[in-house]
Amino acid sequence: MFALDAQQLTKAYKGGFQALKGVDLQVEEGDFFALLGPNGAGKSTFIGIVSSLVRKTSGAVQVFGHDLDTDPEGVKSCIGLVPQEFNFNLFLPVLEVVLNQAGYYGIPRREARVRAERYLRQLDLWDRRGTEMRKLSGGLKRRLMIARALVHEPRLLILDEPTAGVDIEIRRSMWSFLRELNAKGTTIILTTHYLEEAESLCRNIAIINQGEIAERTSVAKLLGQLHTETFVLNLKGCVSELPELGGFVLQHLDDCTLEVEMNRDHTINGLFEALSRNGIEVISLRNKQNRLERLFLELVDRRAAGLEGRA
Amino acid sequence: MRRRLSDWHRYWVTFQTILTKEILRFSRIWVQTILPSVITTTLYFVIFGRLIGERIGTMDGFAYLDFIVPGLVLMGVITNSYANVVSSFYSSKFSRYIEELLISPAPNWVILAGYVSGGVARGLIVGTAVMLVALLFTEIQIHSALVTLVICIMTAVLFSLGGFINAIYANSFDDISIVPTFVLTPLTYLGGVFYSISLLPDFWQAVSLANPLLYMVNAFRYGLLGVSDIPIGVAFGMILIFILVLTAFSLLLLRRGVGIKT
Repeated sequence: MFALDAQQLTKAYKGGFQALKGVDLQVEEGDFFALLGPNGAGKSTFIGIVSSLVRKTSGAVQVFGHDLDTDPEGVKSCIGLVPQEFNFNLFLPVLEVVLNQAGYYGIPRREARVRAERYLRQLDLWDRRGTEMRKLSGGLKRRLMIARALVHEPRLLILDEPTAGVDIEIRRSMWSFLRELNAKGTTIILTTHYLEEAESLCRNIAIINQGEIAERTSVAKLLGQLHTETFVLNLKGCVSELPELGGFVLQHLDDCTLEVEMNRDHTINGLFEALSRNGIEVISLRNKQNRLERLFLELVDRRAAGLEGRA
Repeated sequence: MRRRLSDWHRYWVTFQTILTKEILRFSRIWVQTILPSVITTTLYFVIFGRLIGERIGTMDGFAYLDFIVPGLVLMGVITNSYANVVSSFYSSKFSRYIEELLISPAPNWVILAGYVSGGVARGLIVGTAVMLVALLFTEIQIHSALVTLVICIMTAVLFSLGGFINAIYANSFDDISIVPTFVLTPLTYLGGVFYSISLLPDFWQAVSLANPLLYMVNAFRYGLLGVSDIPIGVAFGMILIFILVLTAFSLLLLRRGVGIKT
C-alpha cells in the first residue's frame, strides 16, 4: 500500500490557469520524499489538494488506502501538514495552539496535554508554552508548526518549505528531528527550495514543472545522471599558467584559485596526483555548485526546451 | 457512511474544542465583547424607560419600561451572537488559521455547530447581563421561562448562522460590518422592540410581518410578559424555518468551500 497515491490529478483555476495537468505520483510507506520544482510549478497546489485545502478539478487521491472522495476523514486523519505560510491565531499562547489542533482531531484534552508536552519539549518549545504566537521568532514559529502537525501522530507528514527563512542552526536541528521521525516510521514528503536539504534528507524525489511530473526517481539515481562534477580549489601558492591535465579541465577564478571540471570516471586522487606532478599544492576544495541544483536546472531547462519544441 | 461510536466521540471532542476556544476568545476581551451591550442597553433603560417612558404611559397594558425590556434583551442577543461568529470566523479566514480546522477530520456540521454554539454562548451571556440590568429598573414577572429560554436560544442560533454566512462571503473587515449596520440594526428597530405594531396603520403592519425580527421579539415578549402581536405558534414556526434554511445554506457553502478553499 502506498502512503500517497495520486492518479491523473488536475487543477484548473478560474480564468483557465492549469496548475496541475494530470499528475501521477506514488510515495511508498516509510519514504522520505522530496517534491521539487520552480516557483509556480504546482507543488503547493498538489499539497493543497492532498491536504484538503484546495479542491481538485479531476483525478483521484488515496492516502494509506483512504480515498479523498469517499473517505476524506480517513485521509485527513493520516496527514499532518506543515504549511509554507504561517497560519496561526497570533494572540493564542503556544500550548493552546497545539491543544486546539489536537482537539480538532478528536484527541481528548488529557491525552492532548501529554502529546503537546512531548512534541514541544522535542522541539525546544516547552519553555515558551505560555508565550503568545506573535512574540515568537520566525524560526520558533516554524518549529511550532511541526509540533502542531505531529500532535495527532500522523502516518504521513507533509512539509511545504519547512525551513524557509530559518537560520542554519535551527535548520540543522530540524533536519535531525525529521530524520529521527522518519526512522521511527513516519512517511515524510518535503518541498524545499534548498536542494541541499533534499539531497541530504530524502531517498526519493519528484520534480514537478509547469504542472507535470518532469522526473520521478531516487536521489541516488538522479545524482548518478551527472556526467561531470566541478570543484573549486584554493591553492597554497599562486599559479600564473595552467598545466594541461588529461581528463580535467582547469580554469582560473583568480591567481590562487582554480576551478576544475572532471568526468565521473576520474577520481579526486587522480586530480591531486596530477596537480602534485605540476608542483601545485591545494589547501582546500569544495563543490562549486550543489549537485542536485545542477540536475534540477538541467531537467527544468530540458523540459522548457521540449515544450517550446512542441509549440 | 456508517459511523462508529469512536467517530461520535471524536466529533464531540472537536465540538467542545471549538466551543471552548470561542468562549475563551470573547471572555478574554470581555470589555469589547460583553460590556458595550450592557452599557448601551442600560442607557436605553434610563432614557427610553425611565425618562421618556414615564410620559408615554402604557403599551399593551404594560408600563413602557416593562414593554421594551424583552426587545432590548433580544437586541443584545441578536447583535452579539451575530458579531461573535462573523468576527471570529472571518478572523480565522483572514489569518488563515481556519486551515487548522479544514485539514482536520472535523466534518462541516461539527465546525458549524461549534461556531454557532460560540455565538449562542455570547448571546446568552449578554442577554442574561442585560436582563439583570433590567431588573434594576423594573420588576418583571416572567410569564413562561421555557418559552423565554427557547426563543432566546433559537434567536441566537439564527443570528449566529447569519454571522457565519456573512463571514464566509466577507473579503475584508469592512464587509463584516455592512450587514449589521445596514440590515440588522434597521430590522431590529423596526421589529417592534420599542412599540407594538398595533400602533401602525394597516399597510405598515402588513409590511412589518415580512420582518423576521418581529416574530422573535414578539415571541420573546410573550415569554416574558405574556403578550404578543403574533400568534406564538406562528412565531416559533417562522424562526424554525429560518434556522433550517440558513443551516442548509451554511453547510452547502462549507461543502463547496466558498470563501475558504481555492
